[in-house]
Amino acid sequence: MPDIKVTPLGAGQDVGRSCILVSIGGKNIMLDCGMHMGYNDDRRFPDFSYVTQNGRLTEFLDCVIISHFHLDHCGALPYMSEMVGYDGPIYMTHPTKAICPILLEDFRKITVDKKGETNFFTSQMIKDCMKKVVPLNLHQTVQVDEELEIKAYYAGHVLGAAMFQIKVGSESVVYTGDYNMTPDRHLGAAWIDKCRPDLLISESTYATTIRDSKRCRERDFLKKVHETVERGGKVLIPVFALGRAQELCILLETFWERMNLKAPIYFSTGLTEKANHYYKLFITWTNQKIRKTFVQRNMFEFKHIKAFDRSYADNPGPMVVFATPGMLHAGQSLQIFKKWAGNEKNMLIMPGYCVQGTVGHKILNGQKKLEMEGRATLDVKLQVEYMSFSAHADAKGIMQLIRMAEPRNMLLVHGEAKKMEFLKDKIEQEFSISCYMPANGETTTIVTNPSVPVDISLNLLKREMALGGPLPDAKRPRTMHGTLIMKDNSLRLVSPEQALKELGLSEHQLRFTCRVQLHDPHSDTDTLGRIYTHLKSVLKSYSIQHVPDGTVIVESIVIKVTSSAEEPNLKVLLLSWSYQDEELGSFLSTLLKNGLPS
Amino acid sequence: MNLHSFLWTLKSPAVNDDLSLCVCVQYCLSGHPTLPCNVLKFKSTTIMLDCGLDTTAALYFLPLPLVHSPRLSKLPGWVSKDGAINLEKELKECSGRVFVDSQPEFCLPEKELLDLSTIDVILISNYHCMMALPYITEHTGFTGTVYATEPTLQIGRLLMEELVTFMERVPKAQAATCWKNKEIQRLLPGPLKDAVDVWSWRKCYSVQEVNSALSKVQLVGYSQKVELFGAVQVTPLSSGYSLGSSNWIIQSHYEKVSYVSGSSLLTTHPQPMEQSSLKNSDVLILTGLTQIPTANPDGMLGEFCSNLSMTIRAGGNVLVPCYSSGVIYDLLECLYQFMDSANLGSTPFYFISPVANSSLEFSQIFAEWLCQNKQSKVYLPEPPFPHAELIQTNKLKHYPSIHGDFSSEFRQPCVVFTGHPSLRFGDVVHFMELWGKSSLNTIIFTEPDFSYLDALAPYQPLAMKCVYCPIDTRLNFHQVSKLLKDIQPLHVVCPEPYTQPPPAQPHRSDLMLELQPPPMSYRRCSVLGLPFRRRYERIHLLPELARSLVPSEIKAGVSVATVSAVLQSKDNKHVLQPVPKPAPVPPSKKRKRVMEEPPEVLNPKPLLSGAVPLEPFLATLHKNGITEVKVEETADGHILHLQTEDVLIQLEEDATHIICDNNEPLRTALRDLVLRFLQKL
Repeated sequence: MPDIKVTPLGAGQDVGRSCILVSIGGKNIMLDCGMHMGYNDDRRFPDFSYVTQNGRLTEFLDCVIISHFHLDHCGALPYMSEMVGYDGPIYMTHPTKAICPILLEDFRKITVDKKGETNFFTSQMIKDCMKKVVPLNLHQTVQVDEELEIKAYYAGHVLGAAMFQIKVGSESVVYTGDYNMTPDRHLGAAWIDKCRPDLLISESTYATTIRDSKRCRERDFLKKVHETVERGGKVLIPVFALGRAQELCILLETFWERMNLKAPIYFSTGLTEKANHYYKLFITWTNQKIRKTFVQRNMFEFKHIKAFDRSYADNPGPMVVFATPGMLHAGQSLQIFKKWAGNEKNMLIMPGYCVQGTVGHKILNGQKKLEMEGRATLDVKLQVEYMSFSAHADAKGIMQLIRMAEPRNMLLVHGEAKKMEFLKDKIEQEFSISCYMPANGETTTIVTNPSVPVDISLNLLKREMALGGPLPDAKRPRTMHGTLIMKDNSLRLVSPEQALKELGLSEHQLRFTCRVQLHDPHSDTDTLGRIYTHLKSVLKSYSIQHVPDGTVIVESIVIKVTSSAEEPNLKVLLLSWSYQDEELGSFLSTLLKNGLPS
Repeated sequence: MNLHSFLWTLKSPAVNDDLSLCVCVQYCLSGHPTLPCNVLKFKSTTIMLDCGLDTTAALYFLPLPLVHSPRLSKLPGWVSKDGAINLEKELKECSGRVFVDSQPEFCLPEKELLDLSTIDVILISNYHCMMALPYITEHTGFTGTVYATEPTLQIGRLLMEELVTFMERVPKAQAATCWKNKEIQRLLPGPLKDAVDVWSWRKCYSVQEVNSALSKVQLVGYSQKVELFGAVQVTPLSSGYSLGSSNWIIQSHYEKVSYVSGSSLLTTHPQPMEQSSLKNSDVLILTGLTQIPTANPDGMLGEFCSNLSMTIRAGGNVLVPCYSSGVIYDLLECLYQFMDSANLGSTPFYFISPVANSSLEFSQIFAEWLCQNKQSKVYLPEPPFPHAELIQTNKLKHYPSIHGDFSSEFRQPCVVFTGHPSLRFGDVVHFMELWGKSSLNTIIFTEPDFSYLDALAPYQPLAMKCVYCPIDTRLNFHQVSKLLKDIQPLHVVCPEPYTQPPPAQPHRSDLMLELQPPPMSYRRCSVLGLPFRRRYERIHLLPELARSLVPSEIKAGVSVATVSAVLQSKDNKHVLQPVPKPAPVPPSKKRKRVMEEPPEVLNPKPLLSGAVPLEPFLATLHKNGITEVKVEETADGHILHLQTEDVLIQLEEDATHIICDNNEPLRTALRDLVLRFLQKL
């Protein structure tokens, strides 16, 4: 029985280092290749030794697909391709291909230059890795090889994020990556057609959350920022350089404009300008409204938001700072946080999800004293707000996607086990499909039931369709007969006659002849006439002919009447039929034995 | 005359005996090789391929001046020599030619050849080939979908909006129609006399019609497989000619038509042409080859630059009449490099069009549709086209029209890019009036769509220098024959002009298609039956059915299995499912009657093949208790007489005949014994 096997190397009942292996129709595909923000040791990368203990991955993988540029989806890519070893194709969208290497380089710098780690991938490795990337467009069907094809769908979430359909023959899997089912200020909503995959692999970050309306969250956010600024406090918003940052920038920019506010807004690191540039050049990936108006007013040219300098952190007075990274685990956001944490007038707004082990995660869990590197502890006095602006689908969104794609099976990754459990029950109840949630290293096998594509000869099909009539009769379905010829991997369904001809076989005629005796005091001709009338009344839907030469023909069955001179009333009916009319012939011989109605 | 009957007689050799038997019929609504409009009827789907608008008809009209032109407003009306025909209101004499004084009109694709409301989809290959879209989709009852790539849609929209603006800025009250009267037109001076299909000419559409037409467009990406009604799959492929330009594959599981329209193998800004997917085509429809097969685009570009610099150095201005998208990006890029090296860095460029700004902006956001080189710039991230830098450094300025800021800001000598290349409408008309009288100035024609002499006709006599540097990057005959050799289509269909040398160069047999088998050619209003030998269709066996099949090997490597199944056809998809088991007959008194029910109609048995060998068959009979068998040899085989049962069995190489009276159980038993030796198909 054909099946699809799925093994998460990362993101199995967890968020971070997404990496899922899929085997379908004899092909092996790696979906995402991410790093884990919560670890600094080996656990930071997926465990590729699962694929092979020694040597390179190339011969074990047909392709690698990266869903979007977030590091938990692509952070292990240079490690995988250059240090473990993989030379096959890596597929991603154009924006992902553009932005991914910048984030990787950033990640490398923080790890190697700041933390002093060795044995990490180098800049050159990032470059070499990116050379293996094949960019693709939305909805483009990419033929990886003769059998394996992949297709990208818009996923929202961040610029260039995509969901992927992977198809071999009539079996298919859809992998969502991270996605968002509601359009936001700069991106559109994820969309997929009713492609009915055998398996849908979905993220489930917000498996149990049903978020209130976006508008409320935005209002809440603006109110909190505004209040803090009004009372002279400083607002720190840790973000990743691309994604939510642009969303919130657009939000604050329009608010500042409308309210005519003067407090400065800063964006840390030099990446901002560059990041905004990406948005401008890839504007076709943003939402409808931005795309429509970009010639007149480009939403990514900000008037109120300026570049941040590290010295500004000590400036008196209110300010709003967007700083990277988003989970407060390192870098500028953490530095600013340390400076501002002691003042209760200040505010920290966490707009996204924080992985376990990060400072952000600790603070969100209400920790008021933080042990910093080395000695000191840090008292957290500033106000902490968590507002989910990360563009993940919530429970409602996930259900909506299932309704869109109509998968036959469901598999959850990229979420916490407990929450997955809840969503799994809900999905199984509502859609009556199986839902799986394998842990890392655990393999789920899904049995598929693919139909078999066959070439049918047009003659046979047309004949059948003509005979079947425009509307098939549900009560009496027509049976069609054909011969399937299997030769050199090709399957062709032809009419039996054509099959004989093609295979150079001659037909073997099997005939039956049966004599039936009948008492009928009429002339032979009259008897034949009476037989004709009788059969006409019994066999309503058959073709019956009375041929002048003294036969009655029912379909291909020939009936003749003879009698001897001695006994003119004892008729001998001669019935002859071929095997093709066996049932009818058998029926007629029995019927006529019972005599004719008087 | 009945157009239809005319057509059917016209094309007798190409039209197969009965078009209704053809799998695929092509209706040719335009004979223009580069502005095609064809309709394919393919597997019960009606597909329009492109709808080009022939704007050359505008050349018969007087220019529409943006600023009052005393010269053009005082032209004498035309009266025939004998004074019998007076059309002085409609026709004006200008520079020794007669022009129509009315809003310019365009030549539409043929609307009478088939009912346009039956069109299911329209496939657009590039933005130049969609300009007739509003005429087709509006007011014809069209209810289908238009497929185009995003750049094609966006730039196509700009070009349509530009056209509408050009027309609406200079409203003309009158629409000249008298001159079109056949009897009158016959008597007009050339070239008006020879204008064809004048009654199908129409004036420009409105913005509302453009919006409505474009709202029917569904966006597609390269290599996207679009299913049409389950019967046909269409796929756009990069054609390398312009941003988002595509060739199309139209195929079912067994037939493949490639539609090649406006393709280029030169490396300019668009993504390169995808060729390998065009292989294995049954039919390849070839349109949109270069209109200037004798001019090499690179050479023309060099000439363009040298003429431009010569004029500027001499203190003159350069006018480049052009479309607002396409080659202009390459010209700007070329000049970006050239001007500094030629020490002309301070010469201002002006790009004047209602859509100049949009065109420049849009060109920068289609990274996915650009050549590798430009794509990698976007990854940096930098704008893919250097005109961003020209704008930033104020070397290139763009204006919606000559009115407003432009008039106060412009400095001479300068280079002006503006439309329309026909020189009949748009801002270019003003520059012709302004600069035409000075021999210091130069006009450089780069667009190949119009004869430059005809374009200039109403401005003669002209002091300004004229340079003709047509840049047409589309395939030339050399490239196309190499391409066809590579992709090997079984049949090629092309417009008639491609099957003979250009009329002006009758000896250049290298400037035509020479193929084996010769291409099928068409002209406006042709109807062709496309040659397909379609023999198979895709069907799916449901897994339960597939599992129930019992294959038997007939010869080495060939197995057969008989299939009895129920056919289900829905949305042009065919599925075979197992025959449902009959509902069990309720054990009732009716039991007796069952025999009297005739069997189901038409439940044919499989065909039989093979032979029944005598000795093994006798052994089998023996095993089944039939021992008294008398065997008699005949000419063709044997006759077996089963003496106890009084049954005759005639065994021959290809036939078996069982003659058995009054013993149905025995007959069926014998039948089954015979069947053991035979293969069932």
